[in-house]
Amino acid sequence: MHVAPFNIMTLFNEFFKGIVKENPTFRLVLGICPTLAVTTSLDNGLGMGVATTFVLVFSNMFISIVRNIVPKKVRIPIFIVIISTFVTTVELIMAAYVPDIHEALGIFIPLIVVNCIIMGRAEAFASKAQVLPAVADGLGMGIGFTMAVSIISGVREIIGSGTILGYEIMFSGYSPAVIMILPPGAFITMGLILCFFKYMGNLLGRKV
Amino acid sequence: MEIKRKESDFIVTVSPHVRSVETVPRIMWTVVVSLLPALLCGVYFFGLRVIFVTALCIVGALFSEWFVEKLAGKPITIGDGSAFLSGLLLGLTMPVTVPFYIPLISSFIAVGITKQIFGGIGYNIFNPALIGRAFALITWPRAMTSWVEPSKMFDLNNIGAAFSNIGMWLDGKTSATPLGILKLEGIAKVFEPYAAKADLYMNLLIGQRAGSIGETSVIAILIGALFLMLRRYISWHIPVSYLATVGLFSWILGGKEGLFTGDALLHVLSGGLMLGAFFMATDYVTSPSVKKGRLVFGFGCGILTVLIRLKAGYPEGVMFAILIMNCFAPLIDRNLKQKVFGLRKGK
Repeated sequence: MHVAPFNIMTLFNEFFKGIVKENPTFRLVLGICPTLAVTTSLDNGLGMGVATTFVLVFSNMFISIVRNIVPKKVRIPIFIVIISTFVTTVELIMAAYVPDIHEALGIFIPLIVVNCIIMGRAEAFASKAQVLPAVADGLGMGIGFTMAVSIISGVREIIGSGTILGYEIMFSGYSPAVIMILPPGAFITMGLILCFFKYMGNLLGRKV
Repeated sequence: MEIKRKESDFIVTVSPHVRSVETVPRIMWTVVVSLLPALLCGVYFFGLRVIFVTALCIVGALFSEWFVEKLAGKPITIGDGSAFLSGLLLGLTMPVTVPFYIPLISSFIAVGITKQIFGGIGYNIFNPALIGRAFALITWPRAMTSWVEPSKMFDLNNIGAAFSNIGMWLDGKTSATPLGILKLEGIAKVFEPYAAKADLYMNLLIGQRAGSIGETSVIAILIGALFLMLRRYISWHIPVSYLATVGLFSWILGGKEGLFTGDALLHVLSGGLMLGAFFMATDYVTSPSVKKGRLVFGFGCGILTVLIRLKAGYPEGVMFAILIMNCFAPLIDRNLKQKVFGLRKGK
């Protein structure tokens, strides 16, 4: 398989494209399930983002390492075995060190195994790239995802509970809009933020 | 004798040749007028703050329509009355005690999101006013269910009372709606303050009860609805099948002593049923346009309303019933469409 040679600039490009230009949540609209489900408060969002980033970096790295010895027909099962190894790792680490967030995220940590972003990067990028670009891509995508989830969960926590990371920040007498931390709030927030990004993109004349 | 003809008389164009004078703005503004009796009854029972709350809803709705259309670069249509009507309907479903930000935010949800984001007038799946109210009810459950006793604040001898409470609700006797009492304390408690059953029904008819601004007075709503029916702006199918279904099933299932012991009249006259059946469920965009389909739509709304009132957690189910049936409107339309004469099945 032909692999493009890389230099330090392509590494930077692979890293930065995941943050804004190909942001997995706001541009590619991948991995929406955890984005909508766990973003009820900023610490949940950050926890989810960091866990996904960890899995993304390491699964990209290992998939890239084994890419030349994996038969094409069984590549997806192999990807899943690799990804679930790291998901199990991250789950056990979270259960040991941040049990509260582990409790709050619940089923969505094991579900990182089938997260579209991770499968997508494994299939579309890591299995065709060298190790360093694959790691840079995983890190960029992970940070982009963490940022997106943090924005959504921050907005939802501020409006829905009047707090940020558990601290009261709204004026006294503020009555929290409970719907924002319920499922409809996730869709409304996500939709409006997507709308905003699209609008800004059009305004800046960038092709979307 | 030669008849003088202009050249334009002979120009043949494609159909339609006969144009109706009925336009969207005309219909919308007529519906607005038909809601005035209900609004005036609200003012009579709950004071001038009613005007304040509905005005906030209307201003919020018009602003949202302008704002989203401006952002999307579409023609501005705030003059066609549809946003005004949505705002007014939303205002009529609010309790008079709401803090000022609830009408503003929920009218943005109603018109900005439910209507404009889905494509503007004619493209919304759900009734905008009801989505606005559902949003407010889920978001601020306590503020949206704190009712006050009607106090006839528009008393000519005490005109000052009408102007109290306008900016923020300060005092007034809090009370529960008849359906709220029915849910929590049982039917005996509903009739307790009245000497005869007929007194309660009379109060429900004229609107002397706790409730949302525009839902209490059955007579005022019926006047407006009758006006619309005479103008043929709404058909009888949805309201009649809706009310009949609610009456029938609350009679069958509503009683404590067994089947067929429920108080149908109480269920039909209370809650937001009248306002919902005549003004919300008959919304052109979100209800079926086939006559048979309208009967089915009303029936579905009725069943859901009774189920929510009797079995679910909320005391009142009109709003959720209509919203759920809104989802089914296209399905109903597609399956009950008039067969075109001459077409064979499967073609």
